[in-house]
Amino acid sequence: MAGNLLEINDDSFEAEVIKSDIPVLVDFWAPWCGPCKAMGPVLEEISKDFEGKLKVCKCNVDDSPVTPGNFGIRAIPTLILFNNGEKANQMVGMMEKSKLVDAINAIL
Amino acid sequence: MKNTDYDIVVIGSGPAGLTAALYAARARLRLCVLEKSATGGQILVTDWIENYPGFPEGIGGVDLMEKMLAQVKGFDVDITSTGVSGMDVSGPVKRIRTDDGEITTHTVIIASGASPRKLGVPGEAEFFGKGVSVCATCDAPFYRNRVVAAVGGGDTAVQESLFLSRFADKIYLIHRRDELRATKILQERALANDKIEIVWDSVLTGIRGGVFGVEKIDVKNVKTGKTDELQVHGCFIWIGIIPNIEFAGDALELDSSGFIITDPSMQTSVKGVFAAGDVRNTPLRQIATAVGDGAIAATAAAHYLENL
Repeated sequence: MAGNLLEINDDSFEAEVIKSDIPVLVDFWAPWCGPCKAMGPVLEEISKDFEGKLKVCKCNVDDSPVTPGNFGIRAIPTLILFNNGEKANQMVGMMEKSKLVDAINAIL
Repeated sequence: MKNTDYDIVVIGSGPAGLTAALYAARARLRLCVLEKSATGGQILVTDWIENYPGFPEGIGGVDLMEKMLAQVKGFDVDITSTGVSGMDVSGPVKRIRTDDGEITTHTVIIASGASPRKLGVPGEAEFFGKGVSVCATCDAPFYRNRVVAAVGGGDTAVQESLFLSRFADKIYLIHRRDELRATKILQERALANDKIEIVWDSVLTGIRGGVFGVEKIDVKNVKTGKTDELQVHGCFIWIGIIPNIEFAGDALELDSSGFIITDPSMQTSVKGVFAAGDVRNTPLRQIATAVGDGAIAATAAAHYLENL
């Protein structure tokens, strides 16, 4: 995976996201989703801009259906910000980078 | 000619913006492309394209976007990921306010496209992403073997309903008239598809559900006044588009629907400001027309620069 993006799945979600020492942004995506693919470069930029302060993860909803199900996800891309293991913000659809940055800064 | 950061600033990177960038780069102009979210625009949510020449087998929206992007990048065009919050275009030097600061330019090409129009019914905002969707290619696989509703009667509504039928068991296509507006070939396919039931002369009046998302919708027949409740898991809304021009303020003349008025060279009511693609008052909003607009706008902008 390019940049600082970390691929996670149903098995690693607990360890990488819930138990993370720093806030985590999880991108729920799938290969068949055009907007998800197009959000890739934006997420890579975010992962570099916030290096060390925020962990950016990608979760493929095809391979890992349990985690998105637990969060009631019925549309992708869905981005969820976690802080101290709890959901701080859930955002649906293609996002403007500035809005994503605002949401991240609100919890940092 | 005054000093500016750029000769041309292109706002938006869908087919119109990328084509304008291609022409501007080949004209060796100092160029900047601004994109607020993701390169590609509305083609990203288009499953399949078979009316853009050169692809006899048809092509997926994302594939076409990637090809266009690769072609533009071959001419060393950089796409800056930032939103535009405002602009002052009244003088010869145009000032564009972005999320990362102000930039100056001699010309602007607005190719910011359009966004899906909302119905404005109860439940629509509440359940967005929880059953309410505008993107079948993104969300259809969540509705395998489910019943869904779709609203609209144009090309997008019909084409995307056909895509939904590959996953869902049944699609109620809710349309306010007694005939579809979509291209005939799409109409024929929809009418022949036994998973699609068209609910004629009807409007969606409400979306209801619970913690797990959409459960039912309310539909009203506009001829008889009869109301009905349909059990659905999802509701896709394709009732047209609105132009993305919040940043333009009242700087430009718009038509009655809010689209930017241009002359045949894509020039807006302000000299040095051009518009291309879905954002302008074009009689047809297709990839084929957007790329034509982009080429004309960039060429007209180059001509304007020569006479500065």
